[in-house]
Amino acid sequence: MPIAQKISTVHPSGDKRFRMLAATMKRYQYAPDALIEVLHQAQELFGYLEEDLLLYIAHSLKLPPSQVYGVATFYHFFSLKQKGAHTCVVCMGTACYVKGAANLLATLEQQHQIKAGETTSDGQLSLVTARCLGACGIAPAVVFDGNVEGHQTSESVIRRVEECLYHGS
Amino acid sequence: MDLEELNAIASREHHKQQKTCIRCCTVGGCLSANGLAVKEQLEKAVTEAGLGKKVTVAGVGCMGLCSRGPLVRVDPQGTLYDRVTPDTASEIVASVNNDAEAIREVEGLSFEETSKACTPRPLKISPSQYQPNNHPFFTQQLKIVLENSGKIDPEKIEEYIAADGYQGLGKVLLEMTPESVIETISRSGLRGRGGAGYPTGLKWATVAKAKSERTLDSRYNGGNPHNALSRKFVICNADEGDPGAFMDRSVLESDPHRVIEGMAIAAYAVGATQGYIYVRGEYPLAINHLQKAIRQAKRLGLLGSQIFESPFDFKIDLRIGAGAFVCGEETALMASIEGKRGIPRPRPPYPAESGLWGCPTLINNVETFANVPTIIRKGADWFDRIGTEKSKGTKVFSLAGKVCNTGLIEVPMGTTLQQIVEDMGGGVPDGGKAKAVQTGGPSGGCIPAAAFDTSVDYESLTELGSIMGSGGAIVMDETTNMVDVARFFMEFCMDESCGKCIPCRAGTVQLYQLLTKIREGNAFLTDLEKLEEICDMVKYTSLCGLGQSAPNPVFSTLRYFRDEYLALISD
Repeated sequence: MPIAQKISTVHPSGDKRFRMLAATMKRYQYAPDALIEVLHQAQELFGYLEEDLLLYIAHSLKLPPSQVYGVATFYHFFSLKQKGAHTCVVCMGTACYVKGAANLLATLEQQHQIKAGETTSDGQLSLVTARCLGACGIAPAVVFDGNVEGHQTSESVIRRVEECLYHGS
Repeated sequence: MDLEELNAIASREHHKQQKTCIRCCTVGGCLSANGLAVKEQLEKAVTEAGLGKKVTVAGVGCMGLCSRGPLVRVDPQGTLYDRVTPDTASEIVASVNNDAEAIREVEGLSFEETSKACTPRPLKISPSQYQPNNHPFFTQQLKIVLENSGKIDPEKIEEYIAADGYQGLGKVLLEMTPESVIETISRSGLRGRGGAGYPTGLKWATVAKAKSERTLDSRYNGGNPHNALSRKFVICNADEGDPGAFMDRSVLESDPHRVIEGMAIAAYAVGATQGYIYVRGEYPLAINHLQKAIRQAKRLGLLGSQIFESPFDFKIDLRIGAGAFVCGEETALMASIEGKRGIPRPRPPYPAESGLWGCPTLINNVETFANVPTIIRKGADWFDRIGTEKSKGTKVFSLAGKVCNTGLIEVPMGTTLQQIVEDMGGGVPDGGKAKAVQTGGPSGGCIPAAAFDTSVDYESLTELGSIMGSGGAIVMDETTNMVDVARFFMEFCMDESCGKCIPCRAGTVQLYQLLTKIREGNAFLTDLEKLEEICDMVKYTSLCGLGQSAPNPVFSTLRYFRDEYLALISD
């Protein structure tokens, strides 16, 4: 598919990340069924999926934009909005819920004045819930900037989020 | 690769494994509890003590007792240490060093005595009170699926081969016909471990009989014209969406080759050449281990073309889920593999006739495939002897919630919930009392403490209004409000409904609102009637399993804990 390749390697913005995305699509031979794999890669590269990016993917894989948008909005993993600099994911799986995850979430919501799924106005913290992280053995579990930590309490989540925000860890 | 080479790898590996080994869990809960740092410290301490030649340190998969992680086991004695920190890790090495000789002298003593004899100087760490040889958490288990978990390094194919890995695949390819493989699986009585319990042998036989009407382009058959007429697929459903279940995650992280071998055997039996593993995006480590395992198997010629120098070709690709619970439903899962929105379609036609890209497709759960290599190796009769009359073999449960020992257990079918919760789980912490066990996730139900003497098998759990499900077992104590639990699951189903059929899309919203109304104490008896009515409607008219089973938690809590509903209702 020479046309698709030509378009994909030379993105007008000159952003190098597009080249990496194009390489992924090439690896899947621009197959339409690789859409979810491509979206995973795009989100990893760009952090979230903005409209332009979805259009670019639709064009490259020769899919209608409606289908790409439909898939991107169907799956919880894909985000169409920019996330905060730090993320805190509270697991709301059954085991965590039974062990008081709802309280942890309420504490964090109150502390930072945002609801689950929102980002603070300064763009520093996103508060997210997860369905189940599979870390039920150490419930309740919370993920701070990618690190899963178990046996959390209201005090420990507040402290850990502060640490993430002010010390970057 | 042929059998001789396989055996050569195994014996080389056996040779290496002679010396003392300190095994540290580096997956799942232990990883989150700083298991990697513990392992690094163990390695450092071993090097510093100059024990490099006598003692190896290995990162292994799940040992089961996740709540006490990070776990470290010193083999060959099998002494378990729990809640190990990088500080205490050096102490473990010190105790091994002190007693390398002593251990040999006291061999033949019980583990407890050994560990006592092995501590001539006071150490800052003592072995865990949960020893694999005497604590019921371990002794009441029977491990088939988890036989290698916590014993082998999941990132090394050689260790799996040394544990008789890929022998089953060798056996089927060199000695058995596809028909006899299916016959063996049918005779073993293995049933699907994804929840519904459909007989695995029957499913395989249907796919084997199905004729593919489609010829696909060369991309899907490796350019092999021989396969063009018989396009079939094998899919491993590793989209473990049930909240509170982590068995599949653990198996994939701890022993990924077992699943790959099981899939290859299935592919040979049904005549497929391409497999997919659809794994949750939330499990990065499982994905990583699977990718490594597939690469290694390819390198050794255990995946690819002409496996074991037979005409059998098989290739596996990974597909990463993107966070949709409904994708655990097989038709939705296939839509997702095809790159579409994960929306189910009506069955029939079943995937066995028309599945992925319209071709006959075999879909089994991780645990089902993980049982296969052992059944082939040890025979159908061996497997048939384990379990109850209608439910054979073992079941892996993830024990979590309000229970002392949370983690992963594998018990023979027919074990009672009492044994699981009280003996193995150690009961509710702080002297509380267990009120119910929730099995089967959002599709299952709550089993009250009064019914804990029921044996765990597909039929008895269904009779109690719950299901076996994938194997999550969440213990709830007296402080848990059952209306709240029902509402929690309904909220889950409401969010996860794909929106295709109205009973599920609108019904779950109505049910959630009614449950909220009851929970907040604003409901009347008529609301309870309406709740039951809508539950029935959603159950009988929804398109797929998600909707059909969404009311189950409400049904079962109403059945056993109706008084809790009534207590919240003003009359």
